[in-house]
Amino acid sequence: MTANGWFQILLFFALVLVCAKPIGIYMARVFGREKTFADVIFRPLERVIYKLTGIDETHEMRWTEYAIAMLVFSLATLLVTYAIERLQYFLPLNPQHLAGVPADLAWNTAVSFTTNTNWQSYVPETTMSYLTQMLTLAYHNFFSAAVGMALAVALIRGIARRESKTLGNFWVDTTRASLWVLLPTCFIYALLLVSQGVVQNFRPYDQAKLVQPLTVTTTGADGKATTQTVTTQSIAQGPVASQEAIKMLGTNGGGFFNTNSAHPFENPTPFSNFLEMFSIFLIPAGLTVTLGRMTKAPAHGWAVFAAMAALFFVGVFVAYYAEAKPNPLLHSTAIHVDQHTTAAQPGGNMEGKEVRFGIANSALFATVTTDASCGAVNAMHDSFMPLGGLVPLVNIMLGEVIFGGVGAGLYGMLIFVVLAVFIAGLMVGRTPEYLGKKIESYDVKMAMLYTLIFPLSILGFSAVTLMMPNLGLSSLANGGPHGLSEILYAFTSATGNNGSAFGGLNANTHWYNLSLGVAMLIGRFLMVIPVLAIAGNLAKKKLVPPSPGTFPVHTPLFTVLLIGTILIVGALTFFPALSLGPVLEHLLLQAGKAY
Amino acid sequence: MRRNIITAILYTLVTTIIFGVAYPLLVTGAAQLLFKDKANGQLITENGTVVGSHLLGQSFSAPTYFHSRPSAAGNGYDAANSSGSNYAPTNQKLIDRVKGDAAAANADHPGTDVPVDLVTASGSGLDPDITPAAAEYQVARVAKERHISESAVHDLVAKHTQARQFGVLGEPRVNVLELNLDLDHTAPLVAAK
Repeated sequence: MTANGWFQILLFFALVLVCAKPIGIYMARVFGREKTFADVIFRPLERVIYKLTGIDETHEMRWTEYAIAMLVFSLATLLVTYAIERLQYFLPLNPQHLAGVPADLAWNTAVSFTTNTNWQSYVPETTMSYLTQMLTLAYHNFFSAAVGMALAVALIRGIARRESKTLGNFWVDTTRASLWVLLPTCFIYALLLVSQGVVQNFRPYDQAKLVQPLTVTTTGADGKATTQTVTTQSIAQGPVASQEAIKMLGTNGGGFFNTNSAHPFENPTPFSNFLEMFSIFLIPAGLTVTLGRMTKAPAHGWAVFAAMAALFFVGVFVAYYAEAKPNPLLHSTAIHVDQHTTAAQPGGNMEGKEVRFGIANSALFATVTTDASCGAVNAMHDSFMPLGGLVPLVNIMLGEVIFGGVGAGLYGMLIFVVLAVFIAGLMVGRTPEYLGKKIESYDVKMAMLYTLIFPLSILGFSAVTLMMPNLGLSSLANGGPHGLSEILYAFTSATGNNGSAFGGLNANTHWYNLSLGVAMLIGRFLMVIPVLAIAGNLAKKKLVPPSPGTFPVHTPLFTVLLIGTILIVGALTFFPALSLGPVLEHLLLQAGKAY
Repeated sequence: MRRNIITAILYTLVTTIIFGVAYPLLVTGAAQLLFKDKANGQLITENGTVVGSHLLGQSFSAPTYFHSRPSAAGNGYDAANSSGSNYAPTNQKLIDRVKGDAAAANADHPGTDVPVDLVTASGSGLDPDITPAAAEYQVARVAKERHISESAVHDLVAKHTQARQFGVLGEPRVNVLELNLDLDHTAPLVAAK
């Protein structure tokens, strides 16, 4: 670890901290339908959309209608995406003449992008046409994020309103999230990315004549070696920047290219990398301020922010520490490799990492992308040291509530808040209250449902995969405990709607495409319904004036209790599985064992 | 319910036009207008032929060139098939590969240990850079093979070394393709013997 590395990490966090308040207040105004400076442009466009689609913007929805509108919209976009993937060969903007996407893969991808997961079982540059990427994948990046924000706002309204039957209008919230927040930010942000070298074009792949032709020896199935000379480099292009911007800002994470934000055309410079990390946290951090403002309890918003910040720093410290250390297996007297940290090289574990990012920015990116449900990567998590790879895995397992996905992070965190308040109530023996609302058995049941569906999907699917050797074990790229980590990571990432991977696992098989698809659907929709149920139930309740027995939710004590609740739920659920994966791998690595 | 279904279908159509068509086209237009070269991948052209991109690495293994990092993209630096190795730190294949590469590299550079980035594959398989340590490590060999002074090669390396962006962000780095092209210009190889 270096002083400069920590300085970059602190600089990143300082910028998030400074920007959280203005963006949070702006979002509160947008969803509260107050005046903003962007009304001049977007209010007329909003009216046109409502007119064309038959939306009555004054209509208020109960939680059930809100949920139904969300589900039918998600289904409609999912079907369109599936159709375009299958038919892309016959559609324009396909200069490489890529074939239609196979059925199981098209299904997996459509689910993946609808649920804000962006799990990718495919190599985009050899699978998806420019049209498929911009019309469906980038489109989902906007709307899965906008839907996430709408859901978070519905929950906030549930907390803020009293004796109300309704939570707002799903269509209006989604439209305002996408028009007022996402679209203008992405436009400017995309151009900033282009200024750093992210490509934005519709060119067919360029052919470059290699400076030094490459001799490639391949051994065929018959054992004969054939030699060929490669003289050109085919350079994949595309409308990348426009997709990159919303991929990061909407915490989607689905790369335009296979290696995502490690690819120089997606993330060419340290500054583009800084912007990409910042844009992951921008909206989720802002939403804590939105929460404080809409519930008229700003200090509560900051108390939630503080819990997130504390967990973020623990993660980044462990990841950075683990990756900056040399790999003990390459540190022997038989292999002379210089892994020291000096002014001329970052040293440490450089397998799967880019030189321009080095160790600090790779560890920071991995932490940020899994704290939030982004899933973009700028280094290969599969090649991280066991404890370095443990951090992203644990971050997702904690429910991606450390800032979290756009909207999803906040409503996930608020479920933990309900649990924390409930536990505090049990400890002092009084009915728990949260911002003037009594937390009763229905609310806690729904919160528990939310908390239990998640590990059930992750551990259930992982167990099935391990018990049925014919299903998915042949997809493993690494042996020993790391193989278990690969499977565990896949189902954790899918259920958590993250989308990052231990990429060695070949997930483009019938089993993984189908099972991961189901896991993603469970992780998004089954978990959202209890959230909306809580929102609807809280909205109905009367306001209870605070009494001396009320547990305050804006103090450091509350922050500590919230962190404790998150860690205890996460640790009790996943520790056994983790101890057989990354923890065991770490111990065996220290003992000098390879697989 | 029925009303929400009709709205969902119409809403998908209308918003697809705004976010799936108009937005990327507007960004493309603005990008091509403001940053034409960058929007098209910063291709390097020599005598009318495209020879690469400033952002993408290429394989270099000849002793007369600065070597780039190992690559897991296709046959190596395949810019239409980006990939990392995805080897775990406990994977025997990783240990064997590094051991082989390190032994080969150190044989050409007696008395020094090869910097780790030169024997580890990058995340993208297209990393255009090596660390200043990895460039320094190769200076003596390249100077000898090109029959030029080490200080001349040092100067070239220094010229192509990028410091941290704004003095703070990222890590210092050397662009291998740019360095090797410049090497060909300043100390051209004698035509095939």
